Amino acid sequence: MPFNETDLRAIGLTLRLAGTTMALLLVLCTPLAWWLARTRSRWRGPLSAVVALPLVLPPTVIGFYLLVALGPNGPLGQLTTALGLGTLPFTFWGLVLGSLIYSLPFAVQPLQGAFEAIGERPLEAAATLGAGPLDRFFTVALPLARGGFVTAAILSFAHTVGEFGVVLMLGGNIPGVTRVISVQIYDHVEALEYTQAHWLAGGMVVFSFIVLLGLNLTRRARLLP
Amino acid sequence: MHLSFKRLRRILGALTLTFSSLHAAQAADVQVAVAANFTAPMQEIAALFAKETGHKADLSFGSTGKFYAQISNGAPFEVFLSADDKTAARLVSDGKAVGTTLMPYALGSLVLWSPTEGMVDGQGKVLATGTFAHLAVANPKLAPYGVAAMQALHKLGLADKLQSKIVMGENIGQTYQFVHTGNAQLGFVALSQVMKDGEISKGSAWRVPAEMHAPIRQDAVVLVRGKDNPAAAALMQYLKSDAARAIIQSYGYGIIE
Amino acid sequence: MNEESEGINARLVVQRRTFTLDVDLQLPGSGFIALFGPSGCGKTTCLRALAGLERANPGLVRVAGTTWQDDTAGIWLPTHQRALGYVFQEASLFAHLSVGGNITYAQRRVRPGARSAAAAPAVALERAVNLLGLTGLMDRRPATLSGGERQRVAIARALAAQPRVLLMDEPLAALDAGRKAELLPYLEALQRTLAIPVLYVSHALDEVARLATYMVLLDAGRVRASGSAEDLIARLDLPLAQGDAAATIVEGTLLRHDGAEHLSTLAFSGGELYVTSATSRPVGQRLRVRILARDVSLTLARQSGTSILNIVPATVTGLREDSPGQWMVALDAGGARLLARITQRSVHVLGITPGRTLFAQVKGVALLE
Repeated sequence: MPFNETDLRAIGLTLRLAGTTMALLLVLCTPLAWWLARTRSRWRGPLSAVVALPLVLPPTVIGFYLLVALGPNGPLGQLTTALGLGTLPFTFWGLVLGSLIYSLPFAVQPLQGAFEAIGERPLEAAATLGAGPLDRFFTVALPLARGGFVTAAILSFAHTVGEFGVVLMLGGNIPGVTRVISVQIYDHVEALEYTQAHWLAGGMVVFSFIVLLGLNLTRRARLLP
Repeated sequence: MHLSFKRLRRILGALTLTFSSLHAAQAADVQVAVAANFTAPMQEIAALFAKETGHKADLSFGSTGKFYAQISNGAPFEVFLSADDKTAARLVSDGKAVGTTLMPYALGSLVLWSPTEGMVDGQGKVLATGTFAHLAVANPKLAPYGVAAMQALHKLGLADKLQSKIVMGENIGQTYQFVHTGNAQLGFVALSQVMKDGEISKGSAWRVPAEMHAPIRQDAVVLVRGKDNPAAAALMQYLKSDAARAIIQSYGYGIIE
Repeated sequence: MNEESEGINARLVVQRRTFTLDVDLQLPGSGFIALFGPSGCGKTTCLRALAGLERANPGLVRVAGTTWQDDTAGIWLPTHQRALGYVFQEASLFAHLSVGGNITYAQRRVRPGARSAAAAPAVALERAVNLLGLTGLMDRRPATLSGGERQRVAIARALAAQPRVLLMDEPLAALDAGRKAELLPYLEALQRTLAIPVLYVSHALDEVARLATYMVLLDAGRVRASGSAEDLIARLDLPLAQGDAAATIVEGTLLRHDGAEHLSTLAFSGGELYVTSATSRPVGQRLRVRILARDVSLTLARQSGTSILNIVPATVTGLREDSPGQWMVALDAGGARLLARITQRSVHVLGITPGRTLFAQVKGVALLE
């Protein structure tokens, strides 16, 4: 397999980025999805729409505005500088931030759906058996929403692996730091290095296929008693 | 009055004939693929071209690498204005372009620029001091401006020292974006990007002397598809005209005599 | 310890879209208390408000001496802090736990005021499991159980939580006739053995007639009548003495047995009744029997040469049309109450009017407990 050293570094970096993004999304999106699933506040609609925005906005647009906002002249960049963190573009954590936004709906929506599917009844039953609100969440809601977690994890991971536009704008193509597989393939194509491009792209297709097949199988397995 | 179908066909036929002969006597269209960095000057040139010759140039802008792939796979372009010399020559050797029409249309000028006043001095000494976090350079694998920038850095003996500070833009456009948004404090961009009315409009810059790097030659060529199109030949001719050259230079490009 | 502090006191006002629930309840501290009424009359709302699943406003709830809600004193215990057990209409078992896991769920969650009097949690659990016949099902998953089995698990689960009161919201409503018949004996067993009050919501008269010791009739959010089950079901002015399930309860003492013919004699205030399934009971025991209105016919003169054994003198106290062509007649037999359902024609021909003395012929007598 003609993967050169930069290709391998790109693969490792991509997996690290996707894994970090997935883990953070699961932690951050669980309370958000829970609130969206159960609230009757009038902010539910608008907030759901905001969560879904990354589905609709072109990734390069997201990336570009993040580049501006996180730069030294932008509001977020000034915040990070004030906190002593410097600016985020061209850093791994800048990519993580971009990926969090880019893959947000892929984590929130399956989780929200799973929480909604639980309904009120199991939680009311748990309350009548002496379980307080946090207890109910951890011992009843989470286990019953397990399927949603699996879907959210797999989708947000796979989606981040395929991320291109946001990374392109925000990354600066630094080997080992921001040069991910998708950018590497793009570079190969632009430089007319088609063979390497084919290998990397083929690898990505195989990977995605395995991931999605696995997702399908776990879903089916859970439907059977 | 009842218009029979036969009569209708005859009338339509006559009209079509008239139109096409008018067309042939008049202007032709030409499909042109243009390197993204040459967008602004080409739009001006195309406007004048239409006024003077009556021919209409339909312009598409994009990256050179993408155009190569598209042209190789049958994209309907007739003339190609590349950002470098390599790609146009490659299309000729691939048999997709007419070798005899290959010619340079502009010379790129490299400039080290920062939007901050006083950041870059007139001799580029700021590079040696290394007092900046990020230096933006176009990816040398993809963009001739990147190649030229790295050549200049090597000439200055600073390529290794500054390696860790370099961030690469996919193309000269993105490189400019990095500098413009302040994420890179300074960067090697095209003169045409920062030039306005013959002056560098804001910030501070060092115009990199031409000797510091191989010339950034931008070549144009007529593609196989357009070889019989009179508008294609006319456009190539027009690019060498005084009017076109004046526009090209006003945007900070050099011309080849 | 007076009656009131051990029972259930509640004053609840809940706004609903189509009506307002406004009730004042003083319920006994033991027995099967039926909340009965047509669909949409607020019985479920009432139960949920007692449990704290919905908030009455204003509301006052005191159970077994503990105040769960008192708006004037700013007291509000959330549901999980109330020592109650709740059985929903659709079992609502936790799908991710086994039957055993469901039942032990409450064990680690002790509520203030839980019935520690009922010995250790392990014992409470075992009793619940045995009572409901679940020993063989402990490792099964809820999805593999029948509707009736699921409800039994739900009941056991609620009991394992050592509640002070068991609330049941139409637990048989979602079951078909076969499952209902399967589950009723378990409910009857519960009714006999539980020391805590059971608040049972239902719109099905036959369930209530079999199980209730105390009843509250609700209609459009208000209490229409409340009292001992025996008293309420005998009243013609209430929707209880209607149709096939109409019945009365008579109490008496077992006088003697006739082993050869498998008959026992029950002495009550209006005379004697022959009962068929009491031969195992000790003489002298006080028994209660249920007599269905459709099993009682009337005759002006005492019949002879008839297969009906039980013929008692009675006086008509009232009558009312039950359905087209059928009338319900209320009778007093020496203080005991009877209902008879007869045809309209017979009402005319026999001249049935309040005060008329005649004989009631009782075809079937069902032993209670």
